[in-house]
Amino acid sequence: MKRRVFLKGSFAAGTIAVAAAAGLLTPRRVLAASWPETAFDAKNEADAVKALFGDMPVVDSDAISIKAPLQAENGAVVPIKAWTSLSNAEAIAIVVEKNPAPWATSVEVMPGAGGLYSTRIKMGQTSPVTCYVKAGGKIHKAAHVVKVTVGGCGG
Amino acid sequence: MAATKMKIKKDKSGGHVVMVLVKHPMETGNRKDKKTGKKVPAHYVKTMVFTHNGAAVAQASLGPAVSKNPLTQILLTNSNSGDTVSVQWTDNQGETGGTEATIK
Repeated sequence: MKRRVFLKGSFAAGTIAVAAAAGLLTPRRVLAASWPETAFDAKNEADAVKALFGDMPVVDSDAISIKAPLQAENGAVVPIKAWTSLSNAEAIAIVVEKNPAPWATSVEVMPGAGGLYSTRIKMGQTSPVTCYVKAGGKIHKAAHVVKVTVGGCGG
Repeated sequence: MAATKMKIKKDKSGGHVVMVLVKHPMETGNRKDKKTGKKVPAHYVKTMVFTHNGAAVAQASLGPAVSKNPLTQILLTNSNSGDTVSVQWTDNQGETGGTEATIK
């Protein structure tokens, strides 16, 4: 009797452990797949946006604010803060037109998070920094030119 | 080696701003080592996942164009005092890291 209980118990525990392991592993696999490889490989801005968001109409928008320096002395660290008043923002991307790989970074926003993304990026030379926000089946964009005195893309 | 720090501040909108600093070299793969003349292999954070009370709220994809020691900020809209917020990151060499904090 005791043996049976023990076996049952250990079997149940084993199943839970397997389930937990599977549960833990799955998100990681999903994440690895969702990193935008094609956007990163894109050599111009249009391709990067297409790779990231697909074919969607792109419109200029006043609902996006970008806080970035007018002139960056050090291109290796350019703080960029982008936020939007669009309530249904799904993704925010920061694209630097004249970088060797224009796509810098993007964030997918899920319910529970707001339309704000702030980061520090590298810039090779003076270039417009464009912030794209995907919301309601459209891509909204706003740009800000940052002058760079010393580039920060290696070399 | 890779330390991750998180700060949470109350935002005017009523939510909280989550600020994450990861100590990471963020090598692009284009930089050359001055002594050896060889290229330094690329090493950068690829994904950062933010979770709020166990549910994923944002997933940032970073590339080599993000600066060394990336400082990332996102906004939580539906957050309250006592909630737990965590972040997990993965880089292109398979290293991972993360941290967890409670909203004050």
